[in-house]
Amino acid sequence: MSKEPVAVVGVGQTKHVAARRDVSIAGLVREAARRALDDAELEWADVEAVVIGKAPDFFEGVMMPELYLADALGAVGKPMMRVHTAGSVGGSTALVAASLVAARVHGTVLTLAFEKQSESNAMWGLSLPIPFQQPLLAGAGGFFAPHVRAYMRRSGAPDTVGSLVAYKNRRNALKNPYAHLHEHDITLEKVQASPMLWDPIRYSETCPSSDGAVAMVLTDRAGAARAPRPAAWMHGGAMRSEPTLFAGKDSVSPRAGRDCAADVYRQAGIADPRREIDAVEMYVPFSWYEPMWLENLGFAAEGEGWKLTESGVTELDGDLPVDMSGGVLSTNPIGASGMIRFAEAALQVRGLAGEHQVAGARRVLGHAYGGGSQFFSMWLVGAEPPTS
Amino acid sequence: MNREIAVVAFAQTDHRRTSDAVSEVEMLMPVLHQVLERTGLKTADIGFTCSGSSDYLAGRAFSFTLALDGVGAWPPISESHVEMDGAWALYEAWVKLRTGDADTALVYSYGKSSPGSVRDVLTRQLDPYYVAPLWPDSVALAALQAQALIDAGTTDEPALAAVGARSRADAEANSHAQLRGSVPQGDYLVRPLRTGDCPPIGDGAAAVVLAAGERARGLCERPAWIRGIDHRIEAHGIGVRDLTDSPSTRLAAQRAGAYERPVDTAELHAPFSSQEVILREVLGLDDRVRVNPSGGALAANPIMAAGLIRIGEAAARIHRGESDRALAHATSGPCLQQNLVAVLEGDPR
Repeated sequence: MSKEPVAVVGVGQTKHVAARRDVSIAGLVREAARRALDDAELEWADVEAVVIGKAPDFFEGVMMPELYLADALGAVGKPMMRVHTAGSVGGSTALVAASLVAARVHGTVLTLAFEKQSESNAMWGLSLPIPFQQPLLAGAGGFFAPHVRAYMRRSGAPDTVGSLVAYKNRRNALKNPYAHLHEHDITLEKVQASPMLWDPIRYSETCPSSDGAVAMVLTDRAGAARAPRPAAWMHGGAMRSEPTLFAGKDSVSPRAGRDCAADVYRQAGIADPRREIDAVEMYVPFSWYEPMWLENLGFAAEGEGWKLTESGVTELDGDLPVDMSGGVLSTNPIGASGMIRFAEAALQVRGLAGEHQVAGARRVLGHAYGGGSQFFSMWLVGAEPPTS
Repeated sequence: MNREIAVVAFAQTDHRRTSDAVSEVEMLMPVLHQVLERTGLKTADIGFTCSGSSDYLAGRAFSFTLALDGVGAWPPISESHVEMDGAWALYEAWVKLRTGDADTALVYSYGKSSPGSVRDVLTRQLDPYYVAPLWPDSVALAALQAQALIDAGTTDEPALAAVGARSRADAEANSHAQLRGSVPQGDYLVRPLRTGDCPPIGDGAAAVVLAAGERARGLCERPAWIRGIDHRIEAHGIGVRDLTDSPSTRLAAQRAGAYERPVDTAELHAPFSSQEVILREVLGLDDRVRVNPSGGALAANPIMAAGLIRIGEAAARIHRGESDRALAHATSGPCLQQNLVAVLEGDPR
């Protein structure tokens, strides 16, 4: 049985900022949804189902907010689902929505992810005390820093690589009007001189806390034919999960990430990702994750990822641009961050990425991860419809 | 052509008022083992895994990550999670099987309500700016709905009491149920609802295995084929809804094909007796239909699992040959805001 091809015909996001005090949660998500519908030149009535994702409910203090958001998203009388797979949720949400089209359950689906972190404090939202478990009172940075140190030790990467990534992504963000951090006076020296938070992760090598939402309109072949602007076509998509902590876990390059990428490449007919993929929107919340994921995703051999970064390959004008939008390092509404990667990948192959467009991008990977590097979701989108 | 997909196995915990001695994972593990044993499958044989749960019940962010450890996700598995009742996790898995990406799926969900006050916790589901600050609790909202039904002349308190009594009498035959046998209707909790009109608060978990086509026939003697499944949501604001009706259930039932032929069994997720009255009416279930032979949510209502249990109970009756065509229903949100309907059938005997 063949699947229906899935096309992205609408993308919308909010201008991501530290606090959107001018809108409610409902107002925030509606803004992104409306922009996605405008891009696709569709109305609320054209949407058959809504798939929404976000990270923990404690970030806003609303239990199962999809119930309250049904009206704002035009979902009344329609199916509405809520996905939650930790930091990878934005990607997983898009994939669940894509499955609805691929399985021919629905023709046109609105998918959306958001976080309004200003409604609470994300670090403490992640640090609720649980009996019989080790307290993790340092947020995500405290959890990931040891894994970064393990990567540096294993690969022999010089300690300058992390700041290169941060400097690049923050400069890329200046070309993206929706990005949260627009640091016009950024210099490499400033990144390197920023305070050390969780050794080796410096302040300027971490992601901000953002309010923001992103939405996509996914549709079938017939829907794509009616779309006013070019579509991005899904060539492969996959999710993989592994346990949080166990003796066999490779926290530097988790097998779930490698398996997930391999599944996507198999679906998309990609044999050599380094040569056949034009750009990557990668989930890099701490700068060192760029070289780490370059290896995990098969763009570089083990221990070699940092060399790609250091040689400028991942720059916006490099041979394999990574995080053209500025990435999670510049914009992090947590529950939306994964879907922003997926959506930015789609904008690239549609040729609609504006100032941060990679010339001639035909195949772009969107990547998300979450939990203790245990949940992965990825998709590969192309400018042409899939052939198989 | 669409692939045929069936429920091939179902397992649930004994639902209890408290389960202090076990963690969520410990509560879930035996159920996962049972459902896999029933099919002879191992974790590594499963094509797709999907779960449903709520951080707010667990009182911690990312609570589902620990449950995943219990599944034994090594080598890594293709897996997803909905912050919803497990019935919606089953829906996601059904879609995944329909794409052809997987032939089998493990679906599970769980909820421990005992550590907190469910009535308080559920207020956090409401509009956070205008409604939640008033703390209108789930029983009070259901009481508004019940009173609207009584005012409309659709039901009365003795009829509601009969729903509660029948549910708990039926639960006598269900060893997993929390409230069984002759349970008094009790005092008013919030007028017009008495304790007997309201669900018990309890902890529990459930799991289901789905399989496609011939794979299902190989795993189960009499698979419960999902002939249709659909879910719909309504407006959130109680004031803009007709609380005596459930248009989302009607739409979902239509799309699931529930009205095409009569069913012999219906497992309805009606946590309040008054909600069964609405659902029976909307679904057109007359006295010939066996409604909630398990005792339903009035006998055990582990939040986040109770909807999946309805599908599991309906499927299990088909597996056992006690039903040929069954309807299963799940709900979410205040006053039946969101509803899912599945129609299950066994092969002709």
